[in-house]
Amino acid sequence: MANKVTIYIENKPYQVDEGLTILEAAKTVGFYIPSLCNWRNHDCSLASCRVCLVKVEGERRLIPSCAYNVREGLHISINDPDAVAARRTSVELLLSNHSMNCQACRKNGVCELLDVSRQVGARPDQYHGAKTPTTLDEVAPGIVRDTSKCILCGRCVEACKKTQGIGILGFQNRGFNTIVGPTENRSFNNVPCIQCGQCTLVCPTGALMEHNNIPELDEAKREGKIILAFAAPAVRASIGEEFGQKIGTNSTGKLAAAMRRVGFDKVFDMNFSADLTIMEEANEFVRRFSQHAPSPMITSCSPGWINYIELNYPELLPHVSTCKSPQQMFGAILKSYYAEKNGLDRSKIFVVSIIPCTAKKYECQRPEMQVDGVRDVDLALTTRELAQLIRRSGINWNRLPNEDFDRDIIGDNTGAGVIFGVTGGVMEAAVRTAYHILTGKEMEPVDFTPVRGLENVKEAVADIAGTKVRLAVTSGMVNAKKLLDEIKAGNVKYDFIEIMGCPGGCINGGGQPYVFPPMLPNEDPDIWETYREKRAAVLYEEDRNKPLRRSHQNPDIQKLYKDYLGIPGSPLAEKLLHTTYNTKREQYPDVTPETKPVTK
Amino acid sequence: MQLRKEAVEVVVQICDRYKDEPSPLMLILSDVQKEYGYIPMEVQQIISAKTGIPVSEIYGVVTFYNFFSLEPKGKYVIGVCVGTACYVKGGQNVLDKFAELLKIKPGQTTEDGLFSIDNVRCLGACGIAPAVSINGKVYPKVELSKVGSIIQEYRTIEQKAMEA
Repeated sequence: MANKVTIYIENKPYQVDEGLTILEAAKTVGFYIPSLCNWRNHDCSLASCRVCLVKVEGERRLIPSCAYNVREGLHISINDPDAVAARRTSVELLLSNHSMNCQACRKNGVCELLDVSRQVGARPDQYHGAKTPTTLDEVAPGIVRDTSKCILCGRCVEACKKTQGIGILGFQNRGFNTIVGPTENRSFNNVPCIQCGQCTLVCPTGALMEHNNIPELDEAKREGKIILAFAAPAVRASIGEEFGQKIGTNSTGKLAAAMRRVGFDKVFDMNFSADLTIMEEANEFVRRFSQHAPSPMITSCSPGWINYIELNYPELLPHVSTCKSPQQMFGAILKSYYAEKNGLDRSKIFVVSIIPCTAKKYECQRPEMQVDGVRDVDLALTTRELAQLIRRSGINWNRLPNEDFDRDIIGDNTGAGVIFGVTGGVMEAAVRTAYHILTGKEMEPVDFTPVRGLENVKEAVADIAGTKVRLAVTSGMVNAKKLLDEIKAGNVKYDFIEIMGCPGGCINGGGQPYVFPPMLPNEDPDIWETYREKRAAVLYEEDRNKPLRRSHQNPDIQKLYKDYLGIPGSPLAEKLLHTTYNTKREQYPDVTPETKPVTK
Repeated sequence: MQLRKEAVEVVVQICDRYKDEPSPLMLILSDVQKEYGYIPMEVQQIISAKTGIPVSEIYGVVTFYNFFSLEPKGKYVIGVCVGTACYVKGGQNVLDKFAELLKIKPGQTTEDGLFSIDNVRCLGACGIAPAVSINGKVYPKVELSKVGSIIQEYRTIEQKAMEA
């Protein structure tokens, strides 16, 4: 326990932990001082926005409360008239260089800048004058950057550097011309960005957002395409948040109902193809493990992670499973097996995946992700975009019934598939099935808990009929880098590693609903520290309640192999469900007129 | 663009010089600017690989300070002071005159690689404003009419060197 000190806010005493900043300490006793650059307590405080100014007795000037530690007997005034006016001026100055296109901005409604503007009472049009030249990058499939909305808070710079260890974004130029962007103001496509979208989760404005692909969906509708959609496991754990439900609410039933009402012709649960991935991946692992090469094998479900290894450790690509991700497998099966069995023209099928991920938008456009020239997945929409679709369709979320996803020769799913959405889930599901492959028996109990939890790197040993299999699970590229450096140095301590691009796995993906604590009055004050656990708990609960919890017991998967694919790893399975990687991907490909962001 | 092997070695050597420094970036960039002449993207990538500092951050520092340049500088670097005193005494007009006569903008280099122009903030010679410095040599109280002859001075030096 930290030592307590007494501070005074408007002359009333409060006991707070020593070592906190005024901003943090005030939060623990029920005061929210408006701020825009601070976002993860100690982790990030550039003190760049100048919004959190307060009066501190004994100081000549107003103090940014995010960069000033509390001490015994400190007298603070948040409601001091000078501080109130200064905070308002800070925000008005930020707004004077902002594009103020709020009605057309997709961030409207979840925009922290607008929320803080309201809180401080910012007045319109206080300062007129020149604006900083702006850049609009819509080149990359995953993320859009619009500096006309940027307030230079630096959160994205810190997020990229600290949670992913990559540092794609940085401040550039000086003074009035300062902007935030990748080196040389390039597009995300022309730098080693993995398009994970973690930067979009912290941006307080609409400067960094997912690439909006809803217009392509409308186009497909106009063309009369058959629209087959499926939703990833992590979406059910978060979509309710978009409609005011508490974080940690399971929305599987409403999700299926909403997708149907949006007008998709069929709506499936991606757990089905997660099970399929496990069949292929567990078999691939057993094959590689018994042949001792090359060890360890690493999972391939996360497209952000695949981007990372291609761009930074191409020499380690032989370690990566050749399995496509569940998204791509589902698309490939819909356009082959499903189309043939239902007599559908595969060129008329338009496959839409609903995913918590911005990197999947990149993945589905990869040249490797097609079969006989037809793309597996035509469109990838994030959880946030689905919410936008639901809103514009006039659907009242609270009145939606609980419905089931479609089951039509495909669609059955197990608890093993649903936990794909959280770090450790793929590993646990794979262990359940690998155990069966190696022993012919079922693993009891079915839960394999050492790989659960949000620790940076989890290690475990699975005892499969006397054979010890060494496992490791990690998420976030800061952590992945440590494991990769070990493998590169020749220290092979594991047989099988699961790596997810985003910290915590897909539940915390770059396309998930924003978690801005000041805008979530009904959540606990520590929600920023706990939201990932709460979303993860939804998936583990759904797993626990499923009658079938092992991928190989999925009846539709068994039928798919019996009637169509043969066995895992068969030539047809290889063709549809496995892929190759780009060992020659350039970190900084030359910028061409087509890949240059628009500057004004 | 692929850097020559020798060029890579120069940059790597500079990075190694400061490998024990707690924050080596400014020292490295400063030496690279002096010894390599400019700090293009390819050089930033090498520095990033050697120090672990993201390229975006290096690029940020390079674009922040006037002293660093992304393009090769000319043989003669004309620094025109537009600090407060020089500005008041017409430094901006001197800068514009150089730009007009050399047909380049501040920060650019002439096609023949001879001249580049920088606008600098205070040479510490406010008493002789407006001041211009060319490769360290300071020209005091520069009048607009003298700009042409200053440029000619260096052209003549070059011409003589060519003939000899």
